[in-house]
Parts: sequence; structure tokens; C-alpha cells
Amino acid sequence: MQNIISIKNLSKVYQSGFHALNEINLEIHKGEIFALLGPNGAGKTTLINIVCGIVNPSSGQVLVDQRDIVKDYREARFLIGLVPQELTTDAFETVWNAVSFSRGLYGKPKNPELVERIIKQLSLWDKKDNKIMTLSGGMKRRLLIAKALSHEPQVLFLDEPTAGVDVNLRQDMWNLVKELKQSGVTIILTTHYIEEAEEMADRIGIINKGRILLVDEKKSLMTKLGKKELILDLHSPIDEIPNKLEVYNLILSKDKKSVTFTYDENNKGVGIAELLKELANEGIQFKDLQTKQSSLEDIFLSLVDSDKKQS
Amino acid sequence: MILNTHAIRAIFKFEMSRTLRTFMQSIASPVISTSLYFIVFGSAIGSRITEIEGISYGAFIVPGLIMLSLLTQSISNASFGIYFPKFSGTIYELLSAPVSPFEIIVSYVGAAATKSIILGLIILATAGLFVPLQIMHPFWMLLFLILTSVTFSLIGFIIGIWADGFEKLQVIPLVIITPMTFLGGSFYSISVLPAFWQKVALLNPVVYLISGFRWSFYNIADVNIWISLGMTFSFLVISMLIVFWIFKTGYRLKS
Repeated sequence: MQNIISIKNLSKVYQSGFHALNEINLEIHKGEIFALLGPNGAGKTTLINIVCGIVNPSSGQVLVDQRDIVKDYREARFLIGLVPQELTTDAFETVWNAVSFSRGLYGKPKNPELVERIIKQLSLWDKKDNKIMTLSGGMKRRLLIAKALSHEPQVLFLDEPTAGVDVNLRQDMWNLVKELKQSGVTIILTTHYIEEAEEMADRIGIINKGRILLVDEKKSLMTKLGKKELILDLHSPIDEIPNKLEVYNLILSKDKKSVTFTYDENNKGVGIAELLKELANEGIQFKDLQTKQSSLEDIFLSLVDSDKKQS
Repeated sequence: MILNTHAIRAIFKFEMSRTLRTFMQSIASPVISTSLYFIVFGSAIGSRITEIEGISYGAFIVPGLIMLSLLTQSISNASFGIYFPKFSGTIYELLSAPVSPFEIIVSYVGAAATKSIILGLIILATAGLFVPLQIMHPFWMLLFLILTSVTFSLIGFIIGIWADGFEKLQVIPLVIITPMTFLGGSFYSISVLPAFWQKVALLNPVVYLISGFRWSFYNIADVNIWISLGMTFSFLVISMLIVFWIFKTGYRLKS
């Protein structure tokens, strides 16, 4: 698969001595939606800001479609659109002028039809002549996206795009991101909403303390690291798990009324039939059963937690 | 792409539209205050002051007053133009855009200088309502007007990048530039000063600007015109070097 962004040994040490990024290596595939997950202060925004030219790297190299972001910064930046985390907009300009300004800034000639299409796509058309200061937070967020799309970028960075927006708008944004992907735009998003990554991303990277802990296909990640649980509600409470069932590592609930069997990629499904048979042999009957699969959030927390323990 | 002309045009237009939005502050206010100077110093007090080298006092102070507005407004416009995006956070867009330092400077400083030049010409026209004007060297007058506007817009741009608060934005124009302009011969010829203070006055860069500018009006100068021109160019080059250093290092712009 062709890479649109290639990050090699990228490090960033701020003047204060804080190591924001440590030897980051990351490839972003052309046309994918890549979600970068990490706790606050993990280095997500620093990484984005370096690729976009807002922060200087301390060492390492970033290529955007084979263009070095330092040596060939102009060519590289033509390809990138950025929606920042903060709602930073000029208060006194109109929506139309702000979007047109962004297009000009990125070296593109006037194109009122395109600007109109983008503003309409972001449901801001009826506000096009309004000053930005009169817009709501959600509208400002959409305006920032419109500005970022005004020069038809090939790569779009969305830094916490749905932070502070309501459920409807979040859904609209997810749909927009999917539309952009279909049109061939590569999307890199950072988010705190794990469900957002789970909903949209093709691949997921987890970053913590300036290091990439893991990068994988979302499906593969959930299969590899996602645990499944089989919970059996017992007909009658039992005092303890019979010795014969020790191999299954069953967990008896505090009220003694249910047992949980955990399995993952390594032993998925193996033993469920045997377990049920052995339970019957031991005279343990169950009245109901349910299965639970760990969410991306569980996986994320478990990875960050284990990284914390290691360091 | 050798030059991102669309970006230059976009920033220039954005900055000029800001001037129109703030018409009272940008244009009307300097014109009113300059008119007051003409009324007070030119007509009221000036009528009691003898002519200076054959020029009425009211006419004599015209170049100095234009320079006073030019310096303060160039600095104010350019410093605010680049400081405000830093303050509001919208600078991210400029830093992430495919725009070279040269293009950023041309657009921001060009817009600030254009505003100052327009303002200078408006004040000149206003002065014509109060005192009889003569411009003996119109080409030189325009040259000094443009060079000074560009140089002080560059200085304003530097201040805007350096400032990390509104107080710092104001402190250099108020504490350094305005006193230098008043002491630089806006309202008098430095030849009236005692010999020692004449020499001290020559350390004030504004003296050269006002002297050269006044020469273009009345053919009288405190300093040789070529020295004035040379000094004006020197300030321009020094300011440009500082600005290019800022962009090269990312000083106060990038982490």
C-alpha cells in the first residue's frame, strides 16, 4: 500500500527540556482514515503540528507524498489541510471571506463555486455573510473544517474534531469524514472519543509519553487484543469452582451466582464446548448466558496502563 | 510555484479590509489629531513664531507631523497585524500554509506600509487646508514616504512578533518612537539646539528621516540629503535582516 506520510525517527524536545516525541516512526497509507489515540499530553498534537509546519522538529524526518516537510515545505503543505483542536478563528470576518482567505493562503485561485459547495456541505450556507463571532461553537468547528477543505487537500488532519460538539453534529462529522475518504482524501484524526475511532478508523495508532505503542488495523487490533467473555448465570449458587475446572481459569462472582470464562485470540472459542460439558458433569447448571467483547476503549486503557507499569 | 501570489493577495486584502473595518482608529483618528496639531501649533502658537529659513512655522512642521503619524501608524498597523493572529491563535493557519517568509513579510508589511502611505497623503492634503504647501522635490518626497513607511512597518512587524502581551505591543511606540520623533526635529530644526545637543540629536535615527523629508518639501535640511537617504536605507536593511532572522529561527513564532 502506498504511503502518503512517512515519519522517520521523529523527536521533539521543547526548550523546557520536555521530551514530547521520542523517535517516532509511522507510515500513513494513502486514502485511509488513521486514528491516533492517546491520553492528554501524549504527543498527538505535537506530532500533527510538526507535520503541518507549526512546530519545528528536533530531529528526524517527515515526508508528505515524498516531499520533505522542511526542505520542500511548500510542496508538502499544499497537500495538507489542518483542523486544529482549539476554536481559533478570526472573530470579525464573515464565513465566506474566512473560507476564501484560506483558499488564497494555500495558493489556489478564486473558486466561488467550490467555496459555496464546501460551505453548503458544512451546513453553513445561511451563515455565509455572518461574522464568525456570531457563530455557535459547533458552527465554528464546521467553519474550521470548511477552511481546511477550501484548498482541496489530499491529507486532512483533524485534531479532536468532535470535542465539545453535540451528538447530531458528531454524527454529521463522521458522515463527512467518510465522504472525504470516499473522495480519496487521507484522514488522520486524534480523538479522546474511542467510539469515534472505532466507528471510523481503518487503522489505529496508540501514542503515550511521546512514543508510539502500537499501530495496527482496527479489526486486527480488536481481534488480537480484544478479550471476549462468556458469562454463565448459574441455576443455584456454588461455593467454589471445582478443581476439575481449574484449567479454564473461571472467575466466580461475589454473589456466587455466575462464572465468567475469558478467552481471546490465543484460545478463542477453544474449550467452550468442553467447558459446558464439564459443568454439566459437575452438576452445575446455568439458566442464562451472555458474551461480552472488549471495546477499543478497554484495549486502549489496557495498553496505556501496561505502558505506565513498564515505565 | 516561485511565488505564492494568491497568498500575498489574500493576506494583503485581509489586512486592508481590517483597516476599513476600523476606519475611525486607522484613518480618522490620526487625521483629527494631526489637524489639532496644525490648529494649535500651526495657527494659534505658530502665528507668533518667526519664520524658519523663510518658511512659516505652520508649513515648517508639516513634514514632521506627517512623519510622526507615519512612524506611529506604520508600527501600530504592522505590529497589530501580526500580533493579533498570535494572540487569537489563528497564526496556525499562516504557519501551516505554503507561504514563504518573504511572502508573509511582503503581504503584512506591504499592507501596513500601504495604509501608512495613504494616511500620509491624506494628512498632507489636510495640511493643505491649514497652511500654504510647496513640495520642491515630489519624487524624493514620495521616496522618503515609501521608505519610511516600509522601514517602520518592518519594525512594527518585529515588535508584533516579539510582543507577548498588549502592553509590550504599545510600549516601544509610546516609550521610544514617540519621544524620538518629538526630539527628532518634528517641530523644530535641530540647528536651534546648543552644539552639544545637536551632536546628541544626530544619534536619533528619526532626525535623518525628518530632515530628508523636510528637504523634499522646502529644500532645507539639518543633515545632508544623501546621508539622510543612506541612513534611511540602512534602517530598512537592518530591519529586513532582523525579520529574516526571525523567520529562519522561528523566534516567538514556532516552538
